[in-house]
Amino acid sequence: VTETTSVRTDDKAPHGPVESVPDFAARARAWLANNMPRVDPANLPEADRGAEGPWLRARELQKKLHAGGFAGICFPRDYGGLGLPFAYQKAFDNESRGYELPVILNTPTFTICAATILDTGTEEQKRQHISGAIRGDEVLVQLLSEPSGGSDLAGVITRADRRGDRWVINGAKTWSTSAFAADYGLLLARTNWDVPKHEGLTMFLVPIKSPGITMRRILQVDGGNEFCEEFFDDLELSDDAVVGEVNDGWAVASRQMYHERRAVGGGSEFASGIGAEGETDQEIDYPALLEATGRSDDPRAREMAGRALVRRAVQEQLISHVYHGVLDGSLPAAAGSIIRISHAETVQFEIDTALAIVGSAGVVDDGSGLSRYGDRFLSRQTASLGGGTNEIARNVIGERILGFPREHAADRGVPFNQVKHRRD
Amino acid sequence: MTDAANPEQVLFASTAQAFLDKEAPLSRVRELHATGASFDTAWWHRAAELGWASMLVPEELGGGSVSGDGVADLALIAEQIGRTVAPGPLHPVNTVLAGLVDADNAETHSATIEALVAGELIASWAVYEPGGSWSPGDTTVTATPTESGYRIDGVKDRVEAGEQSGVFLVAADCESTIRQFLVPADAAGVLVEGQKSIDLVKRYARVTFDGVEVGAEAVVGSAAQTPALLARQGQIAQILQCAEVVGILDTVLAFTVQWGLDRHSFGRPLGSYQALKHRFADMKIWFEACRATTGAAVADVAARAPSAEMSVSVAKSYLGDHAAPMLQHCIQLHGGIGVTWEHDLHLYLRRATLYRSMFGTPEEHNLRVYALTTEMENAS
Repeated sequence: VTETTSVRTDDKAPHGPVESVPDFAARARAWLANNMPRVDPANLPEADRGAEGPWLRARELQKKLHAGGFAGICFPRDYGGLGLPFAYQKAFDNESRGYELPVILNTPTFTICAATILDTGTEEQKRQHISGAIRGDEVLVQLLSEPSGGSDLAGVITRADRRGDRWVINGAKTWSTSAFAADYGLLLARTNWDVPKHEGLTMFLVPIKSPGITMRRILQVDGGNEFCEEFFDDLELSDDAVVGEVNDGWAVASRQMYHERRAVGGGSEFASGIGAEGETDQEIDYPALLEATGRSDDPRAREMAGRALVRRAVQEQLISHVYHGVLDGSLPAAAGSIIRISHAETVQFEIDTALAIVGSAGVVDDGSGLSRYGDRFLSRQTASLGGGTNEIARNVIGERILGFPREHAADRGVPFNQVKHRRD
Repeated sequence: MTDAANPEQVLFASTAQAFLDKEAPLSRVRELHATGASFDTAWWHRAAELGWASMLVPEELGGGSVSGDGVADLALIAEQIGRTVAPGPLHPVNTVLAGLVDADNAETHSATIEALVAGELIASWAVYEPGGSWSPGDTTVTATPTESGYRIDGVKDRVEAGEQSGVFLVAADCESTIRQFLVPADAAGVLVEGQKSIDLVKRYARVTFDGVEVGAEAVVGSAAQTPALLARQGQIAQILQCAEVVGILDTVLAFTVQWGLDRHSFGRPLGSYQALKHRFADMKIWFEACRATTGAAVADVAARAPSAEMSVSVAKSYLGDHAAPMLQHCIQLHGGIGVTWEHDLHLYLRRATLYRSMFGTPEEHNLRVYALTTEMENAS
């Protein structure tokens, strides 16, 4: 798979003179004011990604965007987008602050799945699924991790066997983000067991509501149940479900991971709308926290809060530095892992700081509402686990940026059916 | 800051590097230390000929910078200096110049500015006071108006290169208003006593002003603009530190990574051990963050952005928190040789530790960041 640039322009340019970015922004501003609901940025509607309602709402909002001609700004026109460069998307994002947008569709639907289908899918897949997502008719997810897998993503044991002219899927997937709300998933399965692990994988586009798929929600410590696990029992697929080449599914999965890393740092042109998804995603307001705990004039609390604000500011500066560094070649593409870890460490530092500031009000519900910081602390590690663990990201930095030898892998070059999977 | 995009800047940086490689390698730093010297004034004169004291000075006052962005060029030199923790009064001279050229009576001081640009004169900002923390707006030194000017009384300390300075820029209380004055080091009543620092060559001084008479023309800037001048001087001093620390970290990280590749234990390179590889990875993250936040601070100061005060405190806090601990990690990764006098690691650690605590500790800057945040919220 070749790298695509972040700017996509289309062969099918719109007729007539090309609209300038400021003109586009002005048109977006007027359209947003007349068509989209306004929100108070300080008091966002709760978008619990684990509930059904926000997903129905997101589809509705996406349909509005599509009807208004502001959906899929950077996707090619052939697949339902506008075929415009990133600058137009950024201008739209800027105009759309303060409006309710279907931001939960950004990841994984647009920034990862649709982006990967665009890179690796067949013409028919692109026409059906990218357009479907842009119209608000399709939610796409990833079916990658497995209960036995953890960080060893290529070690999947979900199998796809050939039966006549059909593929038959058996196995299990887990940690599938928002799969319950999805229409299609990109599923990685093993199609050849006689070759090393990366060489025998195939990617499939699977209709989620199929017979042969049983889905279960995973309840997380913070009460969230967005993640799902799926069990596949003789799920049948035809050849047109294959994305990329048979036995070359790792190339497709690599493309997903590439798009995922870009999306995390805010560097995806396929995301539309910016800002927090809901209350639990909101920035900690330290002055409000100090006021709530009566510590506004406490130098110790102010110093702690100041340090957390420093970390937050540096994280933003680092995202921009790495984004531009990768663009101008002064940093390798693997530098996305730098942001990945520093994001997790910053989240951790902020949550720890908030917990320290609120004291016992964080652990006993005294009616102040501050116990939510205790709750956030309990699921603190989520940021260090999701989308690949910090430890894997540190290996990436150590090996692909600094050039240290790769970790020993007992399965490297070994046919997958001879790899040891558990203690004897 | 190191996005030396234009060819003039690249040439300027490489000339500086060649000069430093030849004239101020680590061995020279050790030699100076062995003889108890801080720096050679003739050497500084040559550095000034390369433009190291002209970058913040407008052309009409005899200065100029290669890229037209003097703050960025100055940060570039500071970063190069960090590579060999070179000696010299780059920080005090340019910090004083930042105040002089911004003063609305800069013309009055044109002879001093000219001598500083030429490297013939060394000046230093006398802002700290004995026992006091970083608080440039507060002073116990007094300037009492006289018939012909002012009489300065009081004590400053931690004045960088104080023993070699010909003139001090002194913040003093003048009838309950803070003002700054240029006071010649050889004026009657000025007593300069050297102070060693943790660094091998950076020396400081305690400067006592005992009934020192200066003329009316010694004042720098109006009363109204003095807080802004103090802020600007502080910002310049602080970004110089940050940029120099980026040069230190870049250099030390590079040779420590090389060590991790070359040094073998139990038949494997050190960097192949995951515990060490992850430590290296963390340092790479912190280093890029140090570079990012320093770059942002330099850009804001260069643009005189309203956010400069915030960006500089963010960078000073982050580097103060991370740089010296990173160097301690590098020492650990080197093993026993890292704590020997022969190895150069301690030269870098000394400079980074000095800067951690001068011109505001991370804790002081955290308080500043918090205060600025609440001010912004109240203003909006």
